[in-house]
Amino acid sequence: MIRIITAYGAGLLFGLGLVVSQMISPAKVLAFLDVAGNWDPSLAVVLFASVFVAAVGYPIVLKGKAPLFDEKFRLPEKQDIDRKLLTGAGIFGIGWGLSGYCPGPALTAISLAEPKTGLFLLAMAAGWGGTRLITGQR
Amino acid sequence: MENFTPVAALAGGAMIGFAAVLFMWLNGRIAGVSSIVGGLIIPDKANLPWRAAFIIGLISAPILYGFFGGPVTASIPHSSLLMLAGGLLVGIGTQLGSGCTSGHGVCGVSRFSMRSVAATFTFLATGILTVFLVRHLLGWG
Repeated sequence: MIRIITAYGAGLLFGLGLVVSQMISPAKVLAFLDVAGNWDPSLAVVLFASVFVAAVGYPIVLKGKAPLFDEKFRLPEKQDIDRKLLTGAGIFGIGWGLSGYCPGPALTAISLAEPKTGLFLLAMAAGWGGTRLITGQR
Repeated sequence: MENFTPVAALAGGAMIGFAAVLFMWLNGRIAGVSSIVGGLIIPDKANLPWRAAFIIGLISAPILYGFFGGPVTASIPHSSLLMLAGGLLVGIGTQLGSGCTSGHGVCGVSRFSMRSVAATFTFLATGILTVFLVRHLLGWG
Protein backbone atom coordinates (compact mmCIF):
# COMPACT_ATOMS: atom_id res chain seq x y z
CA MET A 1 0.00 0.00 0.00
CA ILE A 2 2.74 2.42 0.97
CA ARG A 3 4.38 1.95 -2.45
CA ILE A 4 1.18 3.10 -4.12
CA ILE A 5 1.07 6.27 -2.00
CA THR A 6 4.73 7.09 -2.67
CA ALA A 7 4.27 6.47 -6.40
CA TYR A 8 1.32 8.85 -6.34
CA GLY A 9 3.44 11.48 -4.54
CA ALA A 10 6.33 11.15 -6.98
CA GLY A 11 3.96 11.39 -9.95
CA LEU A 12 2.26 14.44 -8.41
CA LEU A 13 5.57 16.26 -7.83
CA PHE A 14 6.75 15.32 -11.32
CA GLY A 15 3.50 16.65 -12.79
CA LEU A 16 3.70 19.86 -10.75
CA GLY A 17 7.19 20.39 -12.14
CA LEU A 18 5.79 20.04 -15.67
CA VAL A 19 2.99 22.52 -14.86
CA VAL A 20 5.28 25.10 -13.19
CA SER A 21 7.79 24.96 -16.05
CA GLN A 22 4.90 25.12 -18.58
CA MET A 23 6.20 21.99 -20.29
CA ILE A 24 2.59 20.75 -20.48
CA SER A 25 2.06 23.34 -23.20
CA PRO A 26 3.07 22.03 -26.65
CA ALA A 27 3.51 25.65 -27.81
CA LYS A 28 6.28 26.08 -25.23
CA VAL A 29 8.03 22.84 -26.22
CA LEU A 30 7.78 23.66 -29.94
CA ALA A 31 9.22 27.13 -29.28
CA PHE A 32 12.33 25.37 -27.93
CA LEU A 33 12.59 22.93 -30.84
CA ASP A 34 12.08 25.81 -33.32
CA VAL A 35 15.67 27.05 -33.34
CA ALA A 36 15.12 29.02 -36.56
CA GLY A 37 12.02 30.78 -35.20
CA ASN A 38 11.37 32.87 -32.09
CA TRP A 39 13.57 30.58 -29.99
CA ASP A 40 12.67 29.87 -26.34
CA PRO A 41 15.48 28.12 -24.40
CA SER A 42 13.21 27.25 -21.42
CA LEU A 43 13.12 23.49 -22.13
CA ALA A 44 16.92 23.34 -22.04
CA VAL A 45 16.86 24.98 -18.59
CA VAL A 46 14.21 22.51 -17.37
CA LEU A 47 16.28 19.58 -18.61
CA PHE A 48 19.48 21.02 -17.13
CA ALA A 49 17.90 21.71 -13.72
CA SER A 50 16.26 18.28 -13.49
CA VAL A 51 19.43 16.46 -14.58
CA PHE A 52 21.48 18.48 -12.08
CA VAL A 53 19.21 17.65 -9.14
CA ALA A 54 19.01 13.97 -10.12
CA ALA A 55 22.77 13.72 -10.74
CA VAL A 56 23.37 14.99 -7.19
CA GLY A 57 20.55 13.02 -5.59
CA TYR A 58 20.84 9.58 -7.24
CA PRO A 59 24.34 8.73 -5.92
CA ILE A 60 23.30 9.69 -2.37
CA VAL A 61 20.16 7.54 -2.57
CA LEU A 62 21.90 4.62 -4.30
CA LYS A 63 24.53 4.42 -1.54
CA GLY A 64 21.84 2.71 0.50
CA LYS A 65 21.37 -1.07 0.22
CA ALA A 66 17.76 -0.87 -0.91
CA PRO A 67 14.95 1.63 -1.39
CA LEU A 68 12.82 2.41 1.65
CA PHE A 69 9.78 0.46 0.46
CA ASP A 70 11.08 -2.32 -1.81
CA GLU A 71 13.68 -5.11 -1.72
CA LYS A 72 16.10 -3.66 -4.26
CA PHE A 73 16.81 -0.85 -6.67
CA ARG A 74 15.68 -1.64 -10.20
CA LEU A 75 17.96 0.08 -12.67
CA PRO A 76 18.07 -0.50 -16.42
CA GLU A 77 20.76 -3.09 -17.18
CA LYS A 78 21.26 -2.52 -20.89
CA GLN A 79 24.45 -0.65 -21.78
CA ASP A 80 24.77 -1.02 -25.54
CA ILE A 81 23.92 1.72 -28.00
CA ASP A 82 22.27 -0.35 -30.73
CA ARG A 83 20.30 0.39 -33.86
CA LYS A 84 16.95 -0.27 -32.17
CA LEU A 85 17.64 2.38 -29.51
CA LEU A 86 18.69 5.03 -32.03
CA THR A 87 15.88 4.22 -34.48
CA GLY A 88 13.33 4.41 -31.67
CA ALA A 89 14.74 7.67 -30.28
CA GLY A 90 14.80 9.13 -33.80
CA ILE A 91 11.16 8.19 -34.46
CA PHE A 92 10.15 9.52 -31.02
CA GLY A 93 11.84 12.87 -31.82
CA ILE A 94 9.90 13.16 -35.09
CA GLY A 95 6.61 12.60 -33.25
CA TRP A 96 7.68 15.08 -30.56
CA GLY A 97 8.41 17.69 -33.22
CA LEU A 98 5.11 17.08 -35.05
CA SER A 99 3.02 17.45 -31.88
CA GLY A 100 5.01 19.26 -29.19
CA TYR A 101 4.07 16.48 -26.75
CA CYS A 102 6.02 13.68 -25.14
CA PRO A 103 4.28 11.08 -22.92
CA GLY A 104 4.61 12.83 -19.52
CA PRO A 105 3.20 16.23 -20.47
CA ALA A 106 0.44 14.69 -22.64
CA LEU A 107 -0.83 12.56 -19.73
CA THR A 108 -0.46 15.41 -17.25
CA ALA A 109 -2.58 17.64 -19.52
CA ILE A 110 -5.59 15.23 -19.61
CA SER A 111 -7.66 17.33 -17.18
CA LEU A 112 -7.38 20.39 -19.43
CA ALA A 113 -9.74 18.44 -21.71
CA GLU A 114 -8.27 19.51 -25.03
CA PRO A 115 -9.58 17.23 -27.79
CA LYS A 116 -6.18 17.33 -29.49
CA THR A 117 -4.56 15.91 -26.33
CA GLY A 118 -7.01 13.01 -26.50
CA LEU A 119 -6.17 12.38 -30.15
CA PHE A 120 -2.46 12.38 -29.34
CA LEU A 121 -2.90 9.95 -26.42
CA LEU A 122 -5.08 7.53 -28.40
CA ALA A 123 -2.58 7.47 -31.25
CA MET A 124 0.28 7.06 -28.77
CA ALA A 125 -1.44 4.07 -27.13
CA ALA A 126 -2.01 2.53 -30.57
CA GLY A 127 1.65 3.04 -31.49
CA TRP A 128 2.79 1.50 -28.21
CA GLY A 129 0.49 -1.51 -28.35
CA GLY A 130 1.15 -2.11 -32.03
CA THR A 131 4.92 -2.02 -31.57
CA ARG A 132 4.74 -4.38 -28.61
CA LEU A 133 2.62 -6.83 -30.56
CA ILE A 134 4.90 -6.74 -33.59
CA THR A 135 8.21 -6.91 -31.72
CA GLY A 136 6.77 -9.46 -29.28
CA GLN A 137 7.91 -7.57 -26.19
CA ARG A 138 6.20 -8.09 -22.88
CA MET B 1 13.68 35.20 -26.79
CA GLU B 2 11.08 37.35 -25.02
CA ASN B 3 9.08 34.20 -24.22
CA PHE B 4 12.01 32.70 -22.22
CA THR B 5 10.93 31.88 -18.63
CA PRO B 6 14.17 30.94 -16.83
CA VAL B 7 12.92 31.09 -13.23
CA ALA B 8 9.86 28.91 -13.84
CA ALA B 9 12.03 26.53 -15.89
CA LEU B 10 14.62 26.23 -13.10
CA ALA B 11 11.96 25.71 -10.42
CA GLY B 12 9.93 23.22 -12.46
CA GLY B 13 13.05 21.36 -13.58
CA ALA B 14 14.29 21.06 -10.00
CA MET B 15 10.90 19.63 -8.97
CA ILE B 16 11.09 17.04 -11.76
CA GLY B 17 14.62 16.06 -10.73
CA PHE B 18 13.57 15.86 -7.08
CA ALA B 19 10.58 13.67 -8.01
CA ALA B 20 12.94 11.30 -9.85
CA VAL B 21 15.30 11.06 -6.85
CA LEU B 22 12.39 10.58 -4.45
CA PHE B 23 10.97 7.76 -6.58
CA MET B 24 14.34 5.99 -6.54
CA TRP B 25 14.79 6.49 -2.80
CA LEU B 26 11.29 5.28 -1.87
CA ASN B 27 10.33 2.80 -4.61
CA GLY B 28 13.72 2.01 -6.15
CA ARG B 29 12.61 2.75 -9.67
CA ILE B 30 13.33 5.03 -12.60
CA ALA B 31 10.70 7.75 -13.12
CA GLY B 32 10.33 7.07 -16.83
CA VAL B 33 6.82 7.90 -17.94
CA SER B 34 6.78 5.81 -21.12
CA SER B 35 7.87 2.64 -19.34
CA ILE B 36 5.52 3.24 -16.39
CA VAL B 37 2.54 3.68 -18.73
CA GLY B 38 3.74 0.99 -21.13
CA GLY B 39 3.26 -1.53 -18.33
CA LEU B 40 -0.35 -0.39 -17.99
CA ILE B 41 -1.31 -1.03 -21.59
CA ILE B 42 -0.30 -4.69 -21.51
CA PRO B 43 -0.64 -5.04 -17.77
CA ASP B 44 1.16 -7.23 -15.31
CA LYS B 45 -0.99 -7.45 -12.21
CA ALA B 46 1.71 -7.12 -9.55
CA ASN B 47 2.94 -3.77 -10.84
CA LEU B 48 -0.38 -2.33 -11.94
CA PRO B 49 -1.29 -0.37 -8.75
CA TRP B 50 1.88 1.71 -8.38
CA ARG B 51 2.02 2.39 -12.11
CA ALA B 52 -1.56 3.64 -12.05
CA ALA B 53 -0.85 5.69 -8.91
CA PHE B 54 2.10 7.45 -10.55
CA ILE B 55 -0.04 8.35 -13.57
CA ILE B 56 -2.91 9.54 -11.35
CA GLY B 57 -0.32 11.71 -9.57
CA LEU B 58 0.68 13.25 -12.89
CA ILE B 59 -2.93 13.84 -13.89
CA SER B 60 -3.91 15.39 -10.56
CA ALA B 61 -1.02 17.90 -10.69
CA PRO B 62 -2.70 20.55 -12.87
CA ILE B 63 -5.98 20.09 -10.96
CA LEU B 64 -4.31 20.74 -7.58
CA TYR B 65 -2.22 23.54 -9.06
CA GLY B 66 -5.44 25.06 -10.37
CA PHE B 67 -6.93 25.06 -6.85
CA PHE B 68 -3.96 26.51 -4.98
CA GLY B 69 -1.68 28.07 -7.54
CA GLY B 70 -3.36 29.67 -10.46
CA PRO B 71 -4.80 29.00 -13.87
CA VAL B 72 -3.13 26.24 -15.88
CA THR B 73 -3.12 26.71 -19.61
CA ALA B 74 -1.68 24.77 -22.49
CA SER B 75 -1.80 25.78 -26.09
CA ILE B 76 -1.60 23.31 -28.95
CA PRO B 77 -0.63 25.18 -32.10
CA HIS B 78 -0.44 22.23 -34.49
CA SER B 79 -3.36 20.62 -36.34
CA SER B 80 -5.28 17.51 -35.22
CA LEU B 81 -3.68 15.55 -38.04
CA LEU B 82 -0.18 16.42 -36.81
CA MET B 83 -1.22 15.49 -33.23
CA LEU B 84 -2.43 12.09 -34.44
CA ALA B 85 0.68 11.41 -36.50
CA GLY B 86 2.85 12.72 -33.65
CA GLY B 87 1.15 10.50 -31.08
CA LEU B 88 1.57 7.40 -33.22
CA LEU B 89 5.30 8.08 -33.75
CA VAL B 90 5.85 8.92 -30.07
CA GLY B 91 4.22 5.60 -29.15
CA ILE B 92 6.28 3.57 -31.61
CA GLY B 93 9.52 5.45 -30.91
CA THR B 94 9.42 5.33 -27.12
CA GLN B 95 8.61 1.61 -27.24
CA LEU B 96 11.44 0.77 -29.67
CA GLY B 97 13.86 3.16 -27.98
CA SER B 98 12.91 2.06 -24.43
CA GLY B 99 12.23 5.55 -23.15
CA CYS B 100 11.26 9.16 -23.57
CA THR B 101 12.26 12.56 -22.26
CA SER B 102 11.84 11.54 -18.62
CA GLY B 103 13.43 8.08 -18.65
CA HIS B 104 16.34 8.83 -20.99
CA GLY B 105 16.53 12.63 -20.83
CA VAL B 106 16.25 13.13 -17.06
CA CYS B 107 16.85 9.81 -15.29
CA GLY B 108 19.32 8.26 -17.76
CA VAL B 109 21.44 11.32 -18.50
CA SER B 110 21.76 12.13 -14.78
CA ARG B 111 23.08 8.58 -14.19
CA PHE B 112 25.58 9.20 -17.00
CA SER B 113 24.16 6.28 -18.99
CA MET B 114 25.75 6.56 -22.45
CA ARG B 115 22.74 4.76 -23.89
CA SER B 116 20.44 7.49 -22.60
CA VAL B 117 22.83 10.29 -23.65
CA ALA B 118 22.83 8.87 -27.21
CA ALA B 119 19.02 8.54 -27.21
CA THR B 120 18.57 12.09 -25.86
CA PHE B 121 20.82 13.68 -28.49
CA THR B 122 19.02 11.65 -31.17
CA PHE B 123 15.49 12.72 -30.24
CA LEU B 124 16.55 16.32 -29.71
CA ALA B 125 18.12 16.31 -33.18
CA THR B 126 15.15 14.71 -34.99
CA GLY B 127 12.73 16.91 -33.01
CA ILE B 128 14.54 20.09 -34.05
CA LEU B 129 14.79 18.91 -37.68
CA THR B 130 11.09 17.99 -37.76
CA VAL B 131 10.00 21.39 -36.44
CA PHE B 132 12.25 23.11 -38.97
CA LEU B 133 10.71 21.05 -41.77
CA VAL B 134 7.12 21.51 -40.58
CA ARG B 135 7.29 25.22 -39.78
CA HIS B 136 9.85 26.68 -42.13
CA LEU B 137 9.93 24.44 -45.21
CA LEU B 138 6.34 23.17 -45.35
CA GLY B 139 4.77 26.09 -43.49
CA TRP B 140 2.28 23.87 -41.55
CA GLY B 141 2.98 25.28 -38.09
